[in-house]
Amino acid sequence: MKNYKRSQNIAFFCLFLATLLIVIPVGLIIVIIIQKGLPAINWQFLTDIPRQGMRGGGIFPAILGTLYLVLGAIIFALPIGLLAAIYLSEYSKENFLNRMVKLAIVNLAGVPSVVYGLFGLALFVIFFKFGASILSGSLTLGIMILPLIITASREALESVPQSFREVSLSLGASKWQTIRHIVLPNAIPGILTGTILGLGRAAGETAPILFTVAAFYLPQLPHSIFDQVMALPYHLYVISTQVPNVDEKIRYGTALVLLVLVLFMNLVAIIIRYKFRKKKKW
Amino acid sequence: MRKFKEFIIEKLILICGLASIFFVFLIFLFLLKEGLALFKIITPLNFLMGKSWYPISEPPQLGILPLILGSLLVTLGAAIISIPIGVACAIYVSEIAPQRIKEVLKAGIELLAAIPSVVLGFIGMVTLVPWVKSMFGLPTGLTALSGSIMLAFMAMPTIVSIAEDALYSVPKTYKEGAFALGATHWQTIWRVMLPAASSGILAAVMLGIGRVIGETMAVMMITGNAAVIPHSFLQPVRTLTATIAAEMGEAVVGSEHYFALFAVGIVLFVISFAINVTADLFLHKRK
Repeated sequence: MKNYKRSQNIAFFCLFLATLLIVIPVGLIIVIIIQKGLPAINWQFLTDIPRQGMRGGGIFPAILGTLYLVLGAIIFALPIGLLAAIYLSEYSKENFLNRMVKLAIVNLAGVPSVVYGLFGLALFVIFFKFGASILSGSLTLGIMILPLIITASREALESVPQSFREVSLSLGASKWQTIRHIVLPNAIPGILTGTILGLGRAAGETAPILFTVAAFYLPQLPHSIFDQVMALPYHLYVISTQVPNVDEKIRYGTALVLLVLVLFMNLVAIIIRYKFRKKKKW
Repeated sequence: MRKFKEFIIEKLILICGLASIFFVFLIFLFLLKEGLALFKIITPLNFLMGKSWYPISEPPQLGILPLILGSLLVTLGAAIISIPIGVACAIYVSEIAPQRIKEVLKAGIELLAAIPSVVLGFIGMVTLVPWVKSMFGLPTGLTALSGSIMLAFMAMPTIVSIAEDALYSVPKTYKEGAFALGATHWQTIWRVMLPAASSGILAAVMLGIGRVIGETMAVMMITGNAAVIPHSFLQPVRTLTATIAAEMGEAVVGSEHYFALFAVGIVLFVISFAINVTADLFLHKRK
């Protein structure tokens, strides 16, 4: 008996160690970036254009560019994603077509990000002649985050109890009225969580925007959706590998701004989900 | 009038529902449209098995074997590191950790998944690469090993969350049955829970590997990008993804180089498609 107990303790200790091996590096990465990046952050860094061949000045055009791209991606992906989720949770039956749709979503989520970049280049930039522009980049990012939004929204819709629907239908409401007034309002926190996670994902991706929108160096702000823009993740890539002698502080500062932007969105999503779970009445 | 409006809305919902299938086809179609032109110049076999990748020499040599081997080597390394650690962490989170710690760990792993790959690449460049260089006394720290370590961290969130799901969905009665027979907690996990969740855990591992093969930015920043057939973990390699990302900016639209990069995209698409479909089959078997 003692032997069993001892081997259990050893096993549990190993599992605990493995967990630490993941958690500690994550903590270290975040602490290092905050510690070395914080001194670079000031008002000028956040609001000025890059100067001296990106070795000085600020990163405002890159921040703004990323915000435009993320906004464009969500304007495209949210309506389609939400309607697709409604289809899956409310209309589709367990048949071959439904199975194919689910498989397509899984595959869309698994396509490598750089392949999205190629696709965006071939379809939007060249075939539709949008050129390297905010429009091309947003659409590419939008398709990339579509599976994330569909999956999250579908889960939210499906977690609304069946009895809610039955009561509404029994009162004479049509199927769409039931969805519109009963199911959707109860699913909003979940949909919101998925949307915010999608925003965070779109903000951090580099490969899909490489050939569809991102400008190497463009110290001015865009005038229309057909302009190129700088973007934070690409800017970080450029100043850490393509431009020699960039002050370390600026690199860490840029990494910090990007990290804060993405983690902030994830944190908001986690908090919404947590609060909602506590408040849930069913 | 209301009937008509609802009819329109329901059709719209159906169209959006099928949009995912449409997009998958569209992606494949456009990769083929741009990539297949290459095979007028070079046979698929010479493309896949060719030993040298010199796309801008005259005439260009477009063999992607070094790139395929580069991707495989980095992926193998990442799998060796991330699978045991990831599965162990999943067991700890789902079976052993107290409720409160469990919540914190899950949030932490979600945060790791959220860190953009370019940020991980940057951190790898400034911390891991110099460490690998001095540790092994190499001329450069930009090696397959550095790439594998960094990629392992990108695969772990996927592996942990899906494997944890698989363990969680093992029926409670299995566990209670094992306890009732006098098994210790560890014996229950090892002999009952793990076998019962094995297909889900396998799917978790495959999806983690899928994430690694498709990863682009971090790999491009820390593996050194030398397009030669690799012989060890301690030398620079170049992956399929990094080749596209690094060279597409300079390739002239309509050139052989341009077609070849799209053909590399087709290879990546087919690999990820195969992995995802197989993983999905495993996940369905469980249900």
